[in-house]
Amino acid sequence: MSLLNVFDIAGSAMSAQTIRMNVTASNMANLDAVSSSTGETYRARHPVFETVYADNMRDGSISSGVRVTGIVESQAPLRKEYQPQHPKADEDGYVFYPNVNSIEEMTNMISATRTFQNNVEIINASKQMLLRTLSIGQ
Amino acid sequence: MSGIFNDSDKKFMDNLFGIHATALKLRASRAELLAANIANADTPNFKARDIDFKQALRLAANNSGDMVTTNARHITSAGTSKMGAEIMYRIPSQPSLDGNTVDLQTERSAFLENAMMYQASLRFLNGKISGLITAIRGEI
Repeated sequence: MSLLNVFDIAGSAMSAQTIRMNVTASNMANLDAVSSSTGETYRARHPVFETVYADNMRDGSISSGVRVTGIVESQAPLRKEYQPQHPKADEDGYVFYPNVNSIEEMTNMISATRTFQNNVEIINASKQMLLRTLSIGQ
Repeated sequence: MSGIFNDSDKKFMDNLFGIHATALKLRASRAELLAANIANADTPNFKARDIDFKQALRLAANNSGDMVTTNARHITSAGTSKMGAEIMYRIPSQPSLDGNTVDLQTERSAFLENAMMYQASLRFLNGKISGLITAIRGEI
């Protein structure tokens, strides 16, 4: 039943976008989490999406959902600021800020929201189609 | 089924529902394909796919879709599915840097169009069934 697969596909996308939202929230929350060494500093994280193809083409199934294969940390350089009064400053008076780009995070958030909404719409439309099919001949 | 209906009954049913039963199946498969495109709107290197509905319906109506497999180890004809039609990659109008070719607007409108046509087929089927029921009851 193809229309039931639509729920799986759109559901996988919704859960992937939720993870993306979670990661974005974590990045935004740690925007100003300073530390005194590069090793301890929070680094921006991003999810990696991958298509899940149906493992059995013989079924004639064409479904391909999406999943998060991992979360990668950004390799961008950390922001280093001279703040000798800061309690976390190192011996040279520097503190390290996370390499989170707040504009990038905001656009990521908008993109995740939009895609999530799109998939909700798809589920609603498929539900309508299925319900109409169920009431055929009545 | 075979015990209840004889061949002429089956032919009658086929004539009654016509192309719409096949069309419904194809529309549902296409909905799945388009939903997969939309689900993968943010997946790097994903290529949007679709079918040529007209060709798919013609193939399905003529029953000349997949190659016949007689053994579990046989490989079905490449790129085709149960639909019989070839699944093709969409030519992107604005390909993105990550290799993704999903254009959400195109996919959304295609999905909507597909859903509308699905409901149209359902309407036709419903009309046929209610006509048949009226004929069976013999009321006006």
